[in-house]
Amino acid sequence: MKELLIGNAAVARGLYEAGCGFVSSYPGTPSTEITEFAAKYDEIVCEWAPNEKVALEAAFGASLGGMRAACCMKHVGLNVAADPLFTLSYTGVTGGVVVCVADDPGMHSSQNEQDSRNYARAAKLPMLEPADSMECLEFAKTAFALSEQFDTPVLLRTCTRIAHSQSIVETSARTECPVKPYEKHPEKYIMMPAYAKKRHPFVEERTERLSEYAETASFNREEFYDDKIGIITSGTAYQYVREAFGESVSVLKLGMVYPLPEKKIRAFAAKVQKLYVVEELDPFLENAVRALGIEVTGKALFSMLGEFSQKTVREVFGLENPEAGKLSREIPARPPMMCAGCPHRGMFYAMAKKKLTVLGDIGCYTLGAQAPLSALDSTLCMGASVSGLHGFNKARRAEAEGKSVAVIGDSTFIHSGVTGLINIAYNASNSTVVILDNSITGMTGHQQNPTTGYNIKGDPAAKIDLETLCRAVGINRVRVVDPYDLKACEDALTEELAAPEPSVIISRRPCVLLKYVRPKTPLHVSREDCRGCKKCMKFGCPAISFRDGKAQIDRTLCVGCEVCSQICPFGAFVKEGEA
Amino acid sequence: MTDTKSIMIVGVGGQGSLLASKLLGRLLVDEGYDVKVSEVHGMSQRGGSVETYVRFGKRVSSPIIEDGEADIIVSFERIEAARWFSRLKKGGTIVVNTQMIDPMPVIIGAAEYPADVLEEMQKTGAAVDAIDALALAEEAGSPKAANIVLMARVAKYFDIPYDKWIQAIEKTVAPKFVELNRKAFSLGYHYQK
Repeated sequence: MKELLIGNAAVARGLYEAGCGFVSSYPGTPSTEITEFAAKYDEIVCEWAPNEKVALEAAFGASLGGMRAACCMKHVGLNVAADPLFTLSYTGVTGGVVVCVADDPGMHSSQNEQDSRNYARAAKLPMLEPADSMECLEFAKTAFALSEQFDTPVLLRTCTRIAHSQSIVETSARTECPVKPYEKHPEKYIMMPAYAKKRHPFVEERTERLSEYAETASFNREEFYDDKIGIITSGTAYQYVREAFGESVSVLKLGMVYPLPEKKIRAFAAKVQKLYVVEELDPFLENAVRALGIEVTGKALFSMLGEFSQKTVREVFGLENPEAGKLSREIPARPPMMCAGCPHRGMFYAMAKKKLTVLGDIGCYTLGAQAPLSALDSTLCMGASVSGLHGFNKARRAEAEGKSVAVIGDSTFIHSGVTGLINIAYNASNSTVVILDNSITGMTGHQQNPTTGYNIKGDPAAKIDLETLCRAVGINRVRVVDPYDLKACEDALTEELAAPEPSVIISRRPCVLLKYVRPKTPLHVSREDCRGCKKCMKFGCPAISFRDGKAQIDRTLCVGCEVCSQICPFGAFVKEGEA
Repeated sequence: MTDTKSIMIVGVGGQGSLLASKLLGRLLVDEGYDVKVSEVHGMSQRGGSVETYVRFGKRVSSPIIEDGEADIIVSFERIEAARWFSRLKKGGTIVVNTQMIDPMPVIIGAAEYPADVLEEMQKTGAAVDAIDALALAEEAGSPKAANIVLMARVAKYFDIPYDKWIQAIEKTVAPKFVELNRKAFSLGYHYQK
């Protein structure tokens, strides 16, 4: 059947068709939908794990248990899963293991622009890279076959433009893969030095065999049209090359970016007068080609930054780009922002008012960094708010302890914030951590997590009691506030920052976008009472704007949270029927 | 260079452009075209400016629409078309909802909302088809159907029969919303200025 699918849905379909029985992942844009789509298939046991390391280890266990297993994450998630990944390379697999990793060139939703291909070389693992949805499906299936044939986990790398672009796929039926019988293999699976030393040569030899395989694999494809220009490329960059040149240049399109087919590359290079590599991010292919002693041009012409397009390719090769119109004026920027009624906003407002130093984390609440709240001081990686605050307070002691906090969401706290909190208690910094508990993993589009009480399929699941957890790791002062109550937020911050021991404030209210959260009656502005002082403009609610010297409320956006009415000194924000 | 046609759908996160691109994608696949639809999910959804690319033809390579390549820009909000104006092909068409949504710099008073930007786009020679899609959607029964009203305007620029669009709507939206969207489509399609 012909269907238009996003790359992520096509990967999920490929996992399904390949007989995959287990998927464990942690959400991360642009990889999230792979696991969400996989969860729609009853044949696959599908789970959100607390973090990527746990997810990959669970996939390892399923493979050890004889089942085909997959694990999906964004590029920075692979950093978290790197520990099991590198040794999983040594043990190899029983049931096939596919690790899907999605890079984000251009940083549409990420904190860095790292190139996951480097992991393939570092961990000595084969990596496939599809260039459209059909290839996403096919390569997911190929990845399982290779995994079992070569006794290796296989990396399937996409990028935002592949993961979130729809193109036509042809689906087929699932091939069931019965669970293999379990046998004990200490030399293969117990990676203590004596055994690991024996596995390392296997890994090196496997890479050689994979290179041989790469020479004949159909997904490393030469498209020869002309001998003037030859371009080695892969993934989305291949599409930009084809869009820019049509069929006027020759291309070596690589479906497997590690290890590389040396002979095929040499043969292609010999046939063309000038050889280029077109790739986003790092000169990964280029360096490998140059290491073969082949003259090649890549990053001397192409940027290591951001996303490419056909325009990039045309510019570099001196092809004509279409004429573009221009308007004479600036259009005001429209950055993403916290929604009207977002429960995070009240807590951030209280922090900004108290001029606190705020170490931030990864989630919707990173948007608290923007004007007018400008509430954040740092954002590094998942969990770093909590562990970072500890170091900050150790460095600055009493001067910082009374006026610095960490903010972290519920899902991020479980991912890797709780370990930082253990460190705060154990190594005794007088730190105050604020958990912004909105009862969902928000930024990636509402995934359940161990604090919500539901699993990925929406079935009831064990629910972590955050208060109990924080107390259990050694924090005695734990309190819960409603971020719609500004005074309660301010009081909690004042008291906990003044307290002589570490503390946790749980700022608890569900995300307003959750279906079960019913919007209340919108407020409106009493024009007689509004004095145009603009104090409410410092709150940064998208439902409030300033027109003709007065505040006004957009009734289609306002959810009636009433926090603005706690800010206005003149009582100008009123409920329906009042004033 | 190619026969590929490019339609860009732009708006503000949360306005329902996803359904519009889904409808268009479905229709074009049914018409036998190679189709690519590209949208960026994630952070930009939170009230930010969002763009979706729809490209179709005999063989589509890149999912991206670049400067000077869009045959039509469909804008769910008044100034969003202007933000992406450089993507419009020379002599291209802009179908724009006249609804205004203040971006944060306007809300906090750091910038002015350029409400008269439609005239400026027209002056450059672009065909600007402006419509109050929100009002027509409300007439059809729900402001949420504004996306379908706009797609009905877009349909005027395609050689695909009315019934095919309706069939694509029936395949794309949940059964309980088919009637509402059919009405919204009719109002948008037959609207006379």
